[in-house]
Amino acid sequence: MKHVFSYVRPFFKKMAFGFVIKFGGTVMDLFLPLLLSVIIDDIVPTGNRTMIYLAGGLMFVCSVLAILGNVGANRIAARVARDTTEKIRNDLFARISYLSARQIDAFTVPSLESRLTSDTYNIHQMVGMVQRLGVRAPCLLIGGVIITFLLEPVLTLVLIAVMPFIAVSVYLITKRGIPLFNAQQVATDDMTRVVRENAQGIRIIKALGKEGAERERFHGSNTALNRAEKRAALNMALTSPLMNLFLNFGLVAVIFVGAVRVNGGLSETGKIIAFTSYFTIILNALMSVTRIFIMSSRGIASANRIAEVLDTPEDMEPDAAYAPAEPPEGAPKIEFDHVSFSYNGVRNDVDDVSFTLNPGETLGVIGPTGAGKTTLIALMMRQYDVDSGSVRLDGVDVRAMSRDEISKKFGAAFQNDFLFADTVRTNIDFGRGLSDAALIDAARDAQAIPVIAEKPGGLDFELAIKGANLSGGQKQRMILSRALAGDPEILVLDDSSSALDYATDARLRMAIRERFAKEGRATTSVIVAQRISSILHSDLILVMEEGRITGRGKHAELLETCPLYREISDSQMGGALFE
Amino acid sequence: MNRGPKATRPEDTVVGNMPKKRLKVLLRLGKYMFRFRFGYLLALALSVSSNLLSLVGPKLSGQAIDAIGVGPGEADFDRVVRCCLLMIGAYLVSSLMAYVLQYVMINLSRGIVKSMREDIFAKLMKMKVSYFDVNQTGDIISRISYDIDTINATLSTDLVQIASSVVTVVGSLAMMISISPRLCLVFAVTVPLAILTTTKMANTFRPLFRARSGKLGELNGYAEECLSGQKTVRAYSEEPVMISRFAGRNKIAADAYFKADYYGTMVGPTVNFINNISLALVSVFGSLLYLAKGISLGDVSSFVLYSRKFSGPINESANIINELQSAAAAAERVFRLLDEEEESPDVPDACVYGEGENEIPVRGRVETDHVNFGYTKEREILHDLTIRVKPGMTAAIVGPTGAGKTTIINLLMRFYDPDSGEITLEGKNIAEANRSSVRRSYTMVLQDTWLFSGTIADNIAYGSPREVSREEIEKAARAAGINPFIRGLPDGYDTVLTDEGVNISKGQKQLLTIARAMISDAPVLILDEATSNVDSMTEMRIQSAMNELMRERTSFVIAHRLSTVRSADIIFVLKDGRVIEQGSHDELMELKGFYYNLHSAQFVN
Repeated sequence: MKHVFSYVRPFFKKMAFGFVIKFGGTVMDLFLPLLLSVIIDDIVPTGNRTMIYLAGGLMFVCSVLAILGNVGANRIAARVARDTTEKIRNDLFARISYLSARQIDAFTVPSLESRLTSDTYNIHQMVGMVQRLGVRAPCLLIGGVIITFLLEPVLTLVLIAVMPFIAVSVYLITKRGIPLFNAQQVATDDMTRVVRENAQGIRIIKALGKEGAERERFHGSNTALNRAEKRAALNMALTSPLMNLFLNFGLVAVIFVGAVRVNGGLSETGKIIAFTSYFTIILNALMSVTRIFIMSSRGIASANRIAEVLDTPEDMEPDAAYAPAEPPEGAPKIEFDHVSFSYNGVRNDVDDVSFTLNPGETLGVIGPTGAGKTTLIALMMRQYDVDSGSVRLDGVDVRAMSRDEISKKFGAAFQNDFLFADTVRTNIDFGRGLSDAALIDAARDAQAIPVIAEKPGGLDFELAIKGANLSGGQKQRMILSRALAGDPEILVLDDSSSALDYATDARLRMAIRERFAKEGRATTSVIVAQRISSILHSDLILVMEEGRITGRGKHAELLETCPLYREISDSQMGGALFE
Repeated sequence: MNRGPKATRPEDTVVGNMPKKRLKVLLRLGKYMFRFRFGYLLALALSVSSNLLSLVGPKLSGQAIDAIGVGPGEADFDRVVRCCLLMIGAYLVSSLMAYVLQYVMINLSRGIVKSMREDIFAKLMKMKVSYFDVNQTGDIISRISYDIDTINATLSTDLVQIASSVVTVVGSLAMMISISPRLCLVFAVTVPLAILTTTKMANTFRPLFRARSGKLGELNGYAEECLSGQKTVRAYSEEPVMISRFAGRNKIAADAYFKADYYGTMVGPTVNFINNISLALVSVFGSLLYLAKGISLGDVSSFVLYSRKFSGPINESANIINELQSAAAAAERVFRLLDEEEESPDVPDACVYGEGENEIPVRGRVETDHVNFGYTKEREILHDLTIRVKPGMTAAIVGPTGAGKTTIINLLMRFYDPDSGEITLEGKNIAEANRSSVRRSYTMVLQDTWLFSGTIADNIAYGSPREVSREEIEKAARAAGINPFIRGLPDGYDTVLTDEGVNISKGQKQLLTIARAMISDAPVLILDEATSNVDSMTEMRIQSAMNELMRERTSFVIAHRLSTVRSADIIFVLKDGRVIEQGSHDELMELKGFYYNLHSAQFVN
């Protein structure tokens, strides 16, 4: 909540202005009945028609002022709500963009998505509503209390006696309401997750004929959401009848106490009549005020969910403790020093891994599924922090480097990499502002030229969502083009040619080798692959099994020393299957 | 399995006045409400009686004040107390009824919302798969959450409010006419004015509300896309670019919102203005009438009172019209989704594949006969495709990327229907068969390793249409070579896979999908790059299980690794959407054609 407050603060002046206008408009609205009574009580008896016209004209002026005031104030309110929400949403998105992989895992994507959308929308509602309703009611409330106090101080005490009840019930309902709305948002996350999964897996679902089962699953989350929504709404629904009850009981008390006082000659009936009408105004106003508070419960629940993300500490800030005393010279490009890491703290996914790679060299990593190959890359790029040991790039521990410093070094094509619904150019350039020539050059080496040439518009061809209008192999070539385009210091290819046929893959490897053989490009490469042919020429090949390195060396050495490597090689390079 | 038509979709930009269409939207909303008509009647009854009961209060308080008398010592305390007690009773009942009313309304509106969501989801399940290729998931989610919420806001309160205020309006009008028909002429001017202005405004605002819903949907779509691709964004340190693009879209959405608000909030004050004007007119003309001896002063005063009562609900309904507008815009988006083209219904008397009575047992005879197909009319992907596969055969489809391999699978599974030619299963045209029974005949493992958030056991069991035991699940997992990994997890088979299956490598996910396929009883197997994410060692280890899986079934195998393809009974070599060579491995090698070259390329180095 304090966050939302700080977002609204810059608009205080604007809001104050809006409040003043609104106040003016409200007063004009209240003037009209007054003018009416003046006409009927004072002017009509005199029979002065001109005065009647004049008063009528004045009423018209008041009406115009009222509409101007109210519309103006509402517009200011809408503008403040817009600006606040826009800012919160931008900041939230920015914060989410910089969350670490581990933090995203903890929040989950659907939940972040709904915080970004429906929670910010709730804030919008809250900010707008408070401004629209927040003036008239307090004015009437304060004005009413003052007038009644002047009129009948004792009866005002009766009125004040009702206040604690109202305060307590508002407090209780709000207190219950915030967690209920929070539960509602969590249930929304859950429902969203099911829809999202279904949109992504629709082919499998249809292929397995699981539409019925999925409807069941959705029904489950929908029912849970429905229950959560009802609980929250029913809690809030208590407010209005309860306030009404207190208000009216207070009224009864006023009449009774009034009766005693009139009977004792301490007051007059007329005063009681007047008092009851003011009493109604005051408590109606009070109800509006409390309703604002209570309606804000949903906004507060959402604000808390947003704050949770905004308050998440940066967990991968560069840590000076790891910085070397002076910039090391002639250090290896990549160095793993007894690195161990586990995702869930149970079993090491990478276990005591050490190796060094000099600038311009190529590292090949091979090993069975789940051996920790991709994790090795994740640690190298500092998507996660090591549990023990250290990862050094150019002699500097990655924990001492900023996110930017690290990613500037890399060009990467991941296993399940992503294409955006945008042009081919944007997807390859990816915000780096490269020239078309550089893009084409990279695309040529990535074997993507035939793909681009065949598409209408070439570089301007619009990719569908997640590149759905490309085949698996075509997508990989786009992703490879992106990785090559920036001429990175370190090129990471994580199983990124699996969908290419062998002929294309062979041409790709040739092109990459030639690209790096060119002058002035000392690119260090890290290639994770399943095909021996992809890593055959590496300066260092690591064979990984269950997080450990079980073989290292060049192709020829490994054929001698590593049985697993030999086995893989045999299976792929002829031999075993070719008997 | 992921090629679809090009993404061209003008999102929610339909403009212009379409009163007919609007009426349709409202009628459809009405249909949902009609399902709950008894609930609404109950709510209406409660609302009217609760209002009436609260009218008793003032009357009782009047009596109590009368009982107090005007001077000291005149009070009739018995009556005062009796009135006070009666008031307490009346207010208690009234409050209770108000709460019950709320209870009923919440149940009603939430009930409608729930059934709308169910309808949307059911619709999604019936939609063509291409729908999901051209629509951002975030936008779909926006419809099922935000738009539905917007509709709910209207359904829950506004409608009953309108209904109950009709009573007040009609009543006050009758009273005013009885007091002074001539003075009522004022309303003959202002009421039509109010109605005209609000409808005029409503028409103007309608596109604004539509834009608001649409832009928010687009923003959601973008957010979804960014979050899905975040790993990539991070790797290139492109967060600032994404953030600024998001800011751009956010601004558009926020502005769309503001515009709707900006004009939307005019409606209330404007109607209020017209009411104020009519008050001024009533005051002036009433006074003049009085001076002309046409009316008594008391009449003027009660006329004014009634006119205020009369304008109250009208004022309120102006706001409600506003909300109705935004609800209608949201409903329009929901209904547009509900109106999307579905997969064509089964033909009447469609044949059903299966083992039951009158069902055609599937042994695995799959044929395509001169099939032509393109995702869009402009570009045909498959040309004159004829392939024949006999039961029990393993058929491999090989060819360069983009040759149309996956498209064939799309057609076999009836994700799409061919433009011409026919596809038969057991000699029956699948276009004339029950679609889900066609799909049930296949089980598939795809390159795309989709798993849902649930336990590992649930994900494996997902492959079977029946209940499966833990033993069967473990057997499948063992066969797929993933059992040791699962055993190593803290919760074993009950480990819950969260979104995206974070801690599981892509290869492991693929093994899980293979286990999922192994548990299925379907007679035809499709392996589309099923082991592309699995290393060759693991692949070899699970090869015997894969062979087992394939031996009992007719199989279609798409693979780049020609070693997987070698043992196939028949190999179809696909190039540019045509089968250019077919035969066994040996025959094709003999041919020294395209296949021979592909095969050799694998071992160049």
